[in-house]
Amino acid sequence: MELAQMKLLAAAIALLPLTGVGIGLGMIGSNITQAISRNPSASDKITQAGILLTAFTEAIGLFAFGAAMVMLFS
Amino acid sequence: MAIQPLTQFRIEPIAPLHLGEMNIMFTNSSLLMVLGVVLSAGFLIFAGRRAALVPGRLQGFAEMMYEALTGIVRENGGDEALKLFPLIFTIFLFVFMGNFLGMMPFSFTYTSHIIVTMALALFVILTVVIVGLIKHGFGFFSLFAPAGVPLFVMPILIPVEVISFLARPFSLAMRLFLNMMAGHMVLKIFAGFCIMFISMGGIAMAGAIVPFAIKIAVTAFEFFVSLLQAYIFTLFTCIYLRDAIYLHPHEEAH
Repeated sequence: MELAQMKLLAAAIALLPLTGVGIGLGMIGSNITQAISRNPSASDKITQAGILLTAFTEAIGLFAFGAAMVMLFS
Repeated sequence: MAIQPLTQFRIEPIAPLHLGEMNIMFTNSSLLMVLGVVLSAGFLIFAGRRAALVPGRLQGFAEMMYEALTGIVRENGGDEALKLFPLIFTIFLFVFMGNFLGMMPFSFTYTSHIIVTMALALFVILTVVIVGLIKHGFGFFSLFAPAGVPLFVMPILIPVEVISFLARPFSLAMRLFLNMMAGHMVLKIFAGFCIMFISMGGIAMAGAIVPFAIKIAVTAFEFFVSLLQAYIFTLFTCIYLRDAIYLHPHEEAH
C-alpha cells in the first residue's frame, strides 16, 4: 500500500490505546464515588485528588493523540 | 468546503524586526505574551495599591490567589520551596494567561505551540537541577539510587531512574501543549460542522443546532481545562522541586 494510506492506518492504530485510558478514567470515577460515599466529610480532598488523577490519565490519552497527529500530518 | 482545523495555529508576523541576520519579528504570539504579562502584572500591582489591612474586593481576590498558591507550594514542595515562590507564581500566571487569552474570540493561544511549552518545561527542569546541585553538591545524584534497594538491582534501577527523570520535562511540555492544541482543534472542527450544516441551506439549517450545542459544552470544558492545566503545571513544578530539595525516596506520581 502506498505511504498516504499507511499513514492513515497508522494514525488509526495509534488511537487504539485510548480504550485503556477510558477504562482508567472509569476506575478513577468509581473509586471517587465509593470514597465519597464512605467518608462524606473528606469529599473536598477526594475531589481534589480525583481531578488531579484525571489530569494525569488524560495526559496519557493526549500523548496517543499527539502521536496520531504526527503520523497524519507529516 | 473543507474544514481546516490547523490554520488557527499559524504564527503571523505583525512587525518585522531584524537583529543582524536573524529575523526576530514581533508576531501574534509575542503580542499575546506581552498582553498576558501586562494583564497579570498590572492586575497584581493595581490590587496592591493603597493596601488596607481589611482588604477590599480587588485586593481580596489577589490575596486569595496568593494564598492558594502559597498553600500549594508549601504542601507539595515543602517549606524550602517557598524561596522559589516568585518563579512558581510567574509560571502559573504565564501559563494561565496563555490558556485563558486563547479562549477569547479572534485570539491566539501561545501555549498551543510545543516550542513555548518545551521552553517552559526545560526552564523548570534546569531550575530543579541547579537548585539540587547547589543544595547538595554531587550528592544530588543520589536521587537516582533510592535507599533500601539491594545492590544487584542497582545496575537496572539507576538507568531506569535516570530515564524517568529525563522524561519529566517532556511529559510536562507535552501535557500542556497537547491539551491546548487538541482542545482548540476540537472547537474548530465543531465550528466547521456548524458552518457545513448552514451552507447546505433549507431545512438542514436546523440540524446545525447539534454541533452548536456540543461546541458550547466543549467551550465550557475548555475554560475549565485552561485553569486546570495551569494548576497541574505548577503542581508538577513543586513536586520536582521537592524531589530536588529533600532527597527522600520519591514516589513516582506520573
